[in-house]
Amino acid sequence: MSRNPLVRPVPPTSWFFRHPRYLRYMSREITCIFIGAYCVLLVVGLQRLAAGPVAWESFLLGLRSADSIVFHILALAAAVYHAATWFNATHKAMPVQIGEDFVPPNVISGAHYVVWVVLSVAVLFLAGVF
Amino acid sequence: MTQLKQIRVQLEVLRYNPDTDTEAHFQHYDLTCPEEWVVLDALNKVKADIDPTLNFRWSCHMAVCGSCGMMINGEPKLSCHSFVRDYEGTVIRVEPLAHFPIERDLVTAPDDFMEKLKRVKPYIIRKDKKPISEGEYKQTPAQLMKFRQYSMCINCMLCYAACPEYGLTPDFIGPAALTMAHRYNQDSRDCGRAERQEVVATHEGVWECTFVGACSEVCPAHVDPASALQQMKITSSIDWIVEHLIPGGKSAGDTVSREKAGDIK
Repeated sequence: MSRNPLVRPVPPTSWFFRHPRYLRYMSREITCIFIGAYCVLLVVGLQRLAAGPVAWESFLLGLRSADSIVFHILALAAAVYHAATWFNATHKAMPVQIGEDFVPPNVISGAHYVVWVVLSVAVLFLAGVF
Repeated sequence: MTQLKQIRVQLEVLRYNPDTDTEAHFQHYDLTCPEEWVVLDALNKVKADIDPTLNFRWSCHMAVCGSCGMMINGEPKLSCHSFVRDYEGTVIRVEPLAHFPIERDLVTAPDDFMEKLKRVKPYIIRKDKKPISEGEYKQTPAQLMKFRQYSMCINCMLCYAACPEYGLTPDFIGPAALTMAHRYNQDSRDCGRAERQEVVATHEGVWECTFVGACSEVCPAHVDPASALQQMKITSSIDWIVEHLIPGGKSAGDTVSREKAGDIK
């Protein structure tokens, strides 16, 4: 008997179609594109603000376009999904042990959601929404 | 005695003979067996009654030894833990564990995993060894619970078969071996974290993990390797901050050694 092991390579660009859990993972990762794009938009906004009132008004006008509104809705959905997937995983990275027991995962994730809501309301308050 | 209900089982098993084949191929087996049987029982019946050339590994038949891991309909599973009745009416596709070289039929070569397991030093490392006459190293129940779940690993390698990172980047130390590193790092009797960091806090170590989480989903022993790796990313990041951003901060190894020596609290 001879050793002649067979290696079956993983297809580098289509492996995530092999199982629904890989597609879920990729959907989580792809949300980063929208979040990254939104960060770029914020930086551009700052640059426009620094460039003066005319440039800033032009930037704000651009934000009111249909394309911009569609992008913002998609970016918001991606950010919510991204945040939720990470909040739901926080108990894995940051388990809290009290005595012999661990704090239940939903308490740790839930605390993150609460802080998220509080901070979001604070930001909206500072932005003058209320 | 009640007669067990018999069901028809169709197996599609990946075959590979290293002496004659250049590619693997599927072979179909049709058999009738009690619905209480597991896939491993069906394979044993094939080997006993239909095709004695079929090769596969197994030992305990009770989900303890970790020998009979296979891909069953694309999912890494212990074949002794997979009831045929759950697949009734369908063809059960049985393949060797993904991401490992196929030695023959359903037998894979675990050499890479064994090598990586050794590299993380999966044993208690003491700085000060006391004689047996001084008694055992005591541990509270809370200290035990800190690592207990990670000690349940049976080295079945299902997590490696589920991990796409390992499939794409075979240098990755991988879920089970890194989880073993975490298990000993978390052990109050151990002083070996600094040594393990040389393997853990590297691109091949925890930083290759992108938190797919598949390892934890497929683990038959209910270990959570994904959690172990994420926790080690945090401790490794703290090491990096101490070393690079805090004036006078020592390297991870130094820091850990000084912690253990009681120089810093």
